[in-house]
Parts: sequence; structure tokens; C-alpha cells
Amino acid sequence: MQITGLIQDAAKRLLAEGRVELVLGFGAGSLPLRSTPCFVRRPEDAGKLIWDQTCENNLAVYLPKRKGKTAVVAKGCDTRAIVTLIQENQINRENLYIIGVPCAGMIDRRKVGALLEGRELLAARLEPGALVLEGKDFEKTVPLAETLHDTCLACACPNPVIYDELAGERVPEKPASDFSAVEAFAALPAAERRAFLAEELSRCIRCYACRQACPLCYCEECFVDCSTPQWIGKAAQTQDNLLFQAVRVFHLAGRCADCGACERACPVGLKLSVLTRKVVKDVKDLFGYEAGVDLERKPALTTFAPNDPQAFLVKE
Amino acid sequence: MIIKKSKLNALLDRLAGQYQVFAPVKKGLDFYFAPIRSGAEADFSYGNSVIPPKEVLFPPTEALFTYAVGDAAADLQECLDTGKKVIFGLRPCDAQSFLLLDKVFCGDQYRDPYYLTRRDNTVLVGLGCNEPRTTCFCTSLNGGPFGTAGLDLLLVDTGDQYVVEAVSAKGKDFAAGLNLPPAGEDDRAAAAKVKEAAVISCTINLAGLKEKMDGNYHDPVWDLVYERCLGCGACTYSCPTCHCFDIVDEAKDAAGCRIRNWDACMFGLFTLHGSGHNPRPTQKERFRQRFMHKFKYFTDNFAAVACVGCGRCIVSCPVNIDIRQVLADIQGAGGDEK
Repeated sequence: MQITGLIQDAAKRLLAEGRVELVLGFGAGSLPLRSTPCFVRRPEDAGKLIWDQTCENNLAVYLPKRKGKTAVVAKGCDTRAIVTLIQENQINRENLYIIGVPCAGMIDRRKVGALLEGRELLAARLEPGALVLEGKDFEKTVPLAETLHDTCLACACPNPVIYDELAGERVPEKPASDFSAVEAFAALPAAERRAFLAEELSRCIRCYACRQACPLCYCEECFVDCSTPQWIGKAAQTQDNLLFQAVRVFHLAGRCADCGACERACPVGLKLSVLTRKVVKDVKDLFGYEAGVDLERKPALTTFAPNDPQAFLVKE
Repeated sequence: MIIKKSKLNALLDRLAGQYQVFAPVKKGLDFYFAPIRSGAEADFSYGNSVIPPKEVLFPPTEALFTYAVGDAAADLQECLDTGKKVIFGLRPCDAQSFLLLDKVFCGDQYRDPYYLTRRDNTVLVGLGCNEPRTTCFCTSLNGGPFGTAGLDLLLVDTGDQYVVEAVSAKGKDFAAGLNLPPAGEDDRAAAAKVKEAAVISCTINLAGLKEKMDGNYHDPVWDLVYERCLGCGACTYSCPTCHCFDIVDEAKDAAGCRIRNWDACMFGLFTLHGSGHNPRPTQKERFRQRFMHKFKYFTDNFAAVACVGCGRCIVSCPVNIDIRQVLADIQGAGGDEK
């Protein structure tokens, strides 16, 4: 594949010229439709790098506090996280080389699993506009668009917003992020929303995969881990699980890159984007700010404008 | 003995009246071992559950006791779960995991009343794996798709019925109360045929691994295998043999509840001292601990490997760290530089 070759060439060149010590990209995974983060340090290992529509992880998660010069393979949403990390002084831009990759959307294994109705996937291959799924005694061809993550289908930022070189041609962009799913959920009666979230969060096992997969969740001490004072119950019980997610989402207000890494990481498939994207939308609606799309623009949390909505102020 | 599939729901309905019955239940796309009130809630068309049935005997969160401190004395109420339970339809790998958990919770030094009370009151009815997944490697760990270790009864799905094999005395007693029709020669032959057809295609090489890990604590291989790890608990919480926990009090004023929650060696908080010192300061030490515990320390302590080859961690890892590859990497590495 063309992009794979461009990434490999870039990695080989950057390492051979000594411009970086490490290239962070994706390598082949051990299961169908899976890739895995790949750490390459020698030019001769550049061939391990791949690119396809399974490269779903946000590799920006590995960047904060990394020492030494590093190159990273980054999709549009990944670069949004990188921008915010630069703004928050978690990444030294001078030590980072960004191999930007225009993204055609990532395949959602859960959607594929639903299409297979419990049958095990043994192999998958991509054909133009379609995904061919193979298993024991079956082969099934499905439209590719039906298998992409919801966050990818809603994304208006498939092209890297910041990069040192671009691997591949820019892809068409939507004029704006699609928040119709958020609006539809927000339009439900409160009792229905509460019931949905309670049902979802009843499955949460507090493994914190969502937090760990998030590039912007880099606190030295997470509020859930704090014991003096203890802000939140440690038990894996629905109310505390919900509180954990609610506070996590608020901590990401104006910072969330809307990449969907948290939802992808969840081993029990919680629909976390219902919460995360609500706050992304609110920040956009209230402050006209989209996190990470412009390095030069001051983040919503660090600016004050006289016309900011101030519904929280007590007025006479 | 046999159970006709057409009569399974009625049987489970009846059991649900006498026991707390836990069976695979589909929630969304995934299966969980959940309490059922009727057979119709269970769904046995599953590969395996996302969270292992260890959560029945060793729940993610459980109250150990409640307390209320009065003027003269403190009132303690122990929360022992003495309910009679059946885990119906668990896979042989998960049954084997209970034998490993027994070693931890029923040791010479300490016997855990919470786990053991549930364990003693629970009947394990296994369901053999006609179609093992490609991530299953139970045969490398003394198990098999129709392994009986740890089970009380084993069911073999032969199409329109289950052939029931009594494994333990407890299982025999339990089955006697169900008034099941006996299996004929044909039924037994059909079960044997199903067992023969089930193939575990994946193996891992454990030969010499323990000896290797006796001396590879400082091997540079750990620098490579841990790097991708995000430090979440998806692998440990989906593992049927991981058993670490944390104990906290949830209290208001002078009354409260002491709670035990699952904990994971992959978290930095797990070994963080009150002083601020952390003997496992980075993910490398935590990752190494997980593998050392499963394949060395557990063997040192209990002469067994703390893995049953269910493959859940392979599937649940957000970054596709594959235990089979990690073990192969460890096997292929040189060991400590002395």
C-alpha cells in the first residue's frame, strides 16, 4: 500500500540521518483487523511499519514526557491531541517530528462483530469501498462505510492539522463535525438518558482503559486514585462508574480531540462518545472553540471574552 | 445423562427457583455471567464471556462487613454470601481457573471466608467448546475444550441435546436431583465424536520458561515487550486467574462498610507507598510483574502456572499486546547478563 511505503521511507530516512531516535507508528497486529503500536529505533526495522484502516490507536498517548527526538505517525485526530499537548507544555515541539497521514476512517471491530453475529473472524481484506470478512465456512462482503467507527463517520478533521511531512494525499473533509447522534441523545427525556447511561455504566469494570488510552488524560495523579480526600468511591458500582466518567469528561472539556480512543479501548464496549462528544459540542457551541485544530489559537479554558456565556453567574 | 435442548429452559427455570443461577447472558454484543431468573435469559451460543465467571465467586466489588461505632462498642456485621449458586455453562478453561484461585484463597496461612463460602456453595456446570476460538490455547496449559478439571458436571453439545458427564461427587449429587434421563450408547458415541472434532489450533511454548524466568529479571527483553502497554487493567480484569484486590472503607461519620475491589498490578497506584515511593516506578516493572507472577512466582508458590489459555487478554488489550507473542519474545531472549 502506498501510504505504508511512504511511512517506511520516512522512518528509514529519519533514523538513518539521526534526526530522531524513535519512530512511533503502527505494526501488524496478531488478530484480524488489528494493528499494534510499533516502536522502531533502527532504519532496518522500518519495514515493520504498516498503514491501513485498522491503525485506530491514538499514538499521541505515548508522547508526553518522552525524552529524546521522536517521530510519530499521526492521523487528523491524533494531531489535534498533539496540538493540545503542545499548548499544555506536555510535548516539546522541537523534539517531535510528525509524519501526518490523511485518514479514511478506522474500522470498528464491534460493528464488524455485530455483522458476523458471533462467528469468529479469521481474516479480512479491503476491497474498494468494501470489507471482505472471512471465517470458518463463510465469506461476507460488507460496505466499508458500515464498519467505520462512529467518531470517524462524524469527523471533520481527517487530515493532519500539523505535520512535518505528509504521507499520502489529503482526503476530502466534511465542512463540520456531525453531532446529530449527540443531539438525538440530548433530545431524549432525562429518564431515558439516565436509564441508558445506567445500563451502559453498569458494565464498567473500572479498568481505566479509557483513561489510559486518552492522550489528554496525563495527570500525575488521577482524581479517582486520590485517597486524601477520596473524591469518588472506588467500587465498580453504577453510580460511582457514572461519576468517574462524568468527571473525566469534564476534565477534558475544551481539550478532548474527539478521537474516540477511550471508546475504542473499552473492553466492555461502553458508548462513551455519548458523553465525550456532548462536551465537545457544548464547547464549540458556547465558545466557538474546537480543541487542537489550530496551534495558534488560545484554548477555551485559558481565555476570557466579555461575551462568554456566563449562565453560572448569579445576577441581580 | 442427557438434557434435551427443548427442555433446558424448563430445567433452568426450576433451578432458578432453588439456586442463584449464573449463566451466559448477552448484553449488547458480548456475553456476561449474570444471574438469571428464567432459562430464556440465558444464551449458550457464545464463544466465551468478556469477564470471566470468577466474578461470581470473587466479585469486582464486595462488601466484607459493615460497622457502626457507638459510644460503648462497635457493631460489626460480616457480609458472608451464603446463597446456593450454580454457574451453568462455564467453559472448561474458566473451571480450571477456580482450581488456581483456590490455591490463593485457600492456603496454609490464610483461608478467605468470602471466596470459600461462595465456592463451597456453588456447583460448576461446564459446557465444552465445540468450536474453540483461534485465541484459545488451553491445551498448552493442561486444559482442553472438554477438560473437566475443576468442574462438577460437563455438558457436551451434540446438536439437539447435551450429554451430561458427572465429574465430581458434588456434581453427581446435583445431577441426581435433576432426574435426567440416562445417556445411551449412541448419545455417548455422539459426545465422543464432538470432542474429537474440536481442535485447539494454537499452542504456546512453556518448555523451559520457568527456568528462563528464574534468571531474566534484568533481561533487556522487558524494555521491548512493555513499551506499548498503556497501563490499564483490561488484561487483568478479563483474566480468570488474576486475583489481586484492594480494600477500602466507605464510611460516613462513624458508620460504614469495608469493601474489597479488584485491583491490578498494571496500575501505578498498586504499589505506591504512603511515602510517595513506588517500587515499581514505571510500566516496565508493572508489566514484568504480571508475567513474572503468572509464570514464575505462582509456580514458585503453588507449582502451577497462573494462566489457563482462555485468550481473553489477547482480545481485550486496547493495543493488541498478545500474551503468546510476549512469551515467545521472552523465550527467544538471552536472559540476564551476569
